[in-house]
Formats: sequence, structure tokens, C-alpha cells
Amino acid sequence: MRVSAWSDPVFRWLCMICATLCGLLMVAFFVQLAFASGDAWSRFGLGFFVSTDWDPVRDLYGALPAIAGTVATTVIALVIALPLAFVSALFIVDAPPWLSRVLGQAVDLLAAIPSIIYGMWGLFVLVPLMDRLWVAWGVDNAFGGIGLLTSSLILSLMILPYICAVMRDVLRMTPPMLRESAFGVGCTRWETARDILMRYGIRGLLGGIFIGLGRALGETMAVLFVAGNIMKVPTGLLDGCTTIAATLANNFAEAEGVQRSALFALGLILLVMAFAIQVLAQYYLRMTSAKRGEK
Amino acid sequence: MKQMSIVSVAAAAALFLAGCGEGNGNGGAVTLNGAGASFPDPVYQAWTYIYSTANDTTVNYQSIGSGAGINQIKAGTVDFAGTDAPLKREEIQQAKLTQFPMVTGAVTPIVNIAGVGPGQLKLTDEVLAKIFMGEIKTWDDPAITALNPGLKLPKQNILVVYRSDSSGTTNIFTEYLTDKSPDWATKVGAGKSVKWPTGLGGQKNPGVCNNVQQNSGSIGYTEFTYAIESKLTTVQMKAADGSWQNPDSASWPLVGTTYLLVRDDIPADKKAALQAYVAWCFSGDAAAKAKELHYTPLTAERAKQSRYFLGALKDEFVK
Repeated sequence: MRVSAWSDPVFRWLCMICATLCGLLMVAFFVQLAFASGDAWSRFGLGFFVSTDWDPVRDLYGALPAIAGTVATTVIALVIALPLAFVSALFIVDAPPWLSRVLGQAVDLLAAIPSIIYGMWGLFVLVPLMDRLWVAWGVDNAFGGIGLLTSSLILSLMILPYICAVMRDVLRMTPPMLRESAFGVGCTRWETARDILMRYGIRGLLGGIFIGLGRALGETMAVLFVAGNIMKVPTGLLDGCTTIAATLANNFAEAEGVQRSALFALGLILLVMAFAIQVLAQYYLRMTSAKRGEK
Repeated sequence: MKQMSIVSVAAAAALFLAGCGEGNGNGGAVTLNGAGASFPDPVYQAWTYIYSTANDTTVNYQSIGSGAGINQIKAGTVDFAGTDAPLKREEIQQAKLTQFPMVTGAVTPIVNIAGVGPGQLKLTDEVLAKIFMGEIKTWDDPAITALNPGLKLPKQNILVVYRSDSSGTTNIFTEYLTDKSPDWATKVGAGKSVKWPTGLGGQKNPGVCNNVQQNSGSIGYTEFTYAIESKLTTVQMKAADGSWQNPDSASWPLVGTTYLLVRDDIPADKKAALQAYVAWCFSGDAAAKAKELHYTPLTAERAKQSRYFLGALKDEFVK
């Protein structure tokens, strides 16, 4: 029997099994988290989402501070990282080959740094720096250099290389003919970037953003060090805060009973948030595909 | 048929293991694995190292946190567990565990105030509780200056720093405040983590120490060894007899005891090895090492007086 006669079906089955396994694993995560958090849901109900309590002594738990902290750090981190990642990607694509290679690798290296290193760098370097900055500017900083803005800055640094790497590849994929035509009809570099590169690679660009978003949502160690771990909804950029992932890391080892269940409930919320972002992204792309002329 | 094969495999495995044991010569080499509380970790590491190099028995201890240690011993994955928050009688009986105290250590408030050196600031229990509740907000508050007539205290906001992770050190600290301040007891209470009315959280002992070091005007609490290692400014507190004491004193009031947990169904060989190790921990050599690391060693008599000295095997371990 020729090799190709049986290798293809075997390969197909192997792929199918692996793909199914991934899907099943995802479902299993949901089931496990839902099951383990049942106690918290039955005790606190939907009030869990809006309660700001986190009182292990009286066994009262609420998710709002952690959810608010997670959303706030992620959104601010994206706002900072996105323009930086886009312009770096643009520059790297257009730069002379040797410079492009050096810069590209430097950005890739940023992605290779373990998050605990970012956390320690944040705690020992960035936090005192921010503290001095606020003091110099005369801003009232009750928490020193720790807080929402510092966490977001660290996060933006961490997600920047991911977004930038994806954007770089996407921008490179644009057919040179399109770009040259744009230049040919008198477009500026920015117009070419906005109307040709961005439009052509929107799917990939958004993909890069969602990779960064996913990473920012779930990032734990770095935020743990610089957020201040305060179970309150932050009201300003300099306020201390916490995130879902940081709350889990802080309390999981020692948690029992209701608190453990509440932590599982937080985990479920985080998973649903990440899942919802994916679904919404796909939905958005489908809704707008006609407008972008993909059909 | 299936049953048979499992039995025969088990028998073969047992034979194989027995053969290995004999091959070892005396068959006395036992490895004891422990895990739990991080508060006594420095002294446990020293003890297990000294004991393991001098004896056949190898003792390992992993500092994974009191709660995690309790879960591990209940699941039977470790031979002993360390905990700072002792289990209650019912839980000991239900889980069939034995619990006994091992060593005590001081927890100390640490401060970072410009111009204030180690042991200069004096704080009463009531003032300490009020600071951590956010009711005393500045260092030049009359309640603090009245206790420290000679000390120049700045007009600066107090930043409270606490342990963000759930920890035995927090349990010791909040138990103490609950005990001394009725206000604290009703508003906050005691536990491995509590709802802090003010301040920011640092991750583990190093996180707290670092936050205090970096922020002028801050106050935190940590285990005494860590305060010395990080060269932090400690304070004086009032002992039971009303005198002012530094944390290195024997009558320092804010102390915590840490406990060991053993399963009642521990195998005989491990039990013998663990008994020998625990006996050594209560010996003079071990006590000297503990003192060197700024812990306060316990004698076996003192350990027996503890109200958390519980379980079926307690008298077999602490003699």
C-alpha cells in the first residue's frame, strides 16, 4: 500500500481528535468553574456582580472591585499600547532591512520576558519613578507610585510586543502593488497607512488587538506587584486597585468554603469576559465585512 | 480475573520495594515531606537542613501557606503540615489529625517615618488598632505624640500596608488587635485575610517590606526575621506588665505560635522518624538555632499547655 493512501485519513483523524479535544477542554473549564462556584452563586446571586464587599471574616464577597479593576487596567493599557504598537509596526515594516530586523527582534524579545520580571521591574523601578513624578508635579498621591495607572503602564508594555508582532506581519502581507499605487496617486504615508494598510489588514489587526486584550485581561503577576491589591472600585488613575487574576493569585492557596467558591465564581467571570470579547470580535467583523468590501 | 492481576501486581511491587529497602543496608533511610505555613519557614529550613545532614532521615519543608498545608495533609500528600492558624478541636477530630505547637515568633509593626529610628516610636495597642482602621490619619496626631513626647513626628499622612495574600502573619496580627481592641473586633475581626478599612496590600512578606521601605509615612507589619533582614524600623509596644518593649524582648506582646499537623494514620516507620525529628526540634540545639533566627523556642512542657495541643497522637510526639 502506498503511504499516501493511509497517511491522509490518519492525519485527518489526528487533527480532528486534537481539535475536538481543545473544544471539549474549553467546555470542561466552563463546567468545572460553574460547578465549583455554585455555592457562591446560590448565596450571593446576581448581587455578586454589584457588591463591593470582600470580607473573609464575615464570609461576604462581591466581584465589582475586581471586575472594575480588570476592565479599567485592560482598557487603559490598550489605549496606551495600541497607537504605540501600530506606529512601531508601521516603522518596522518600512525601515531599511537591517534596522527593521534589529527593531523587530527587540520588540519580539519584549514578548519573551517573563511576567514576573515585569512585575519586579515595576515594583522596584517604575513605582518609585512614578512616586517621584507625582511628588515633583505636586499631585496628591496617597498610594505612592502604586495603583491603576502604573498597572496599566506595565500591562501596556507587556501587550505591546504581541500586538506589534501581529500587526507587523499583517502590514507585510499587503500586496506591494496596492501600496505603490496609493503612493502613485499622491497619497501621503499616513493616508496609505490608514486607507490601504489598515483597511486591507483589518482582520489581522483586530486579531492582534484581541491577543493583547486577552493577555491584559488575564495577566496576574505583574499586576499583583503594582496594583496595590485594594478591594475597592478605583475612582481615579492614582487609586490602588485589584484585578480578577490578582485576587485569585492572592487568595487561592488559603481559601476555603465560601471564599473558595467566590474565587471560582471570579474565575468564571474572567473566562466569560474573555469568551465574550472573542465572540463580539467575530460578530463585529462579520457585520462590517460588507462595508469593507470583503464580499 | 482482573482482581487477581491487580493483587499480583501489588504483591510484586511490594516485593520489589522490600528488596530495595534491604538493598539500602539498614533500611532506616526515611524521607519526611512537610508543607505549609511561611511564617516559620526560615527556622524550619534551618532545622530540616541541620537534622537531615546529621541523621538518616531526610526532612523537607515547603512553604506554601497555612491553608494549602492543611489541604495537603488532609489529602494525605504530605507527612506533616505547618499552620499558623490552629485547627479547632472538632476539625481535628473530624479529619483525624494531631496538632501540636512547634515554635513562637514575634510579629512586629514596621514604620517608615523621616527622622524616626528603630525602636524609637512607641505605640499602644489602641493606637495601633486606630491607625490600621484609618481613624488616626496623620503621624502628628495627638494620640501618637502623647506617647512619644521626645520624638519629632512629621505632619504627614499615614499609609497602611498589609498583606494582600491570605497569611498566617495576618492572622496573628489581627487576632492580637481583636483581642486588645473591642472596636477592631466588631469592625474588622481576625483571620488570614480581612477586610482592611484603609491602606494598600503587598504580596507576601517581601511585598509588605518593600512597600514600607518605598513609601515615606507608611506602617506595616511583618514577621520579626523579615524586619531585620530588610533593615526596617521597628517600634516599641507595651508588654503585659506595662513596660515598653522592643520585638527582640522575651516579653514582646505581639507573638504568634505556629503548629504542626500529623495524620493519625501515619505509617509506623514515618511516625518513628517524625517523632525523632520533633524530639530534636524541642532540644537545646534546635532552640539555639531558633533564637539565632529571632524566634522564641518552646519547651515540650510549654507546648503541652497550649489549648491547641490536640489529637490522638499528641503525647507520642511531644513528650
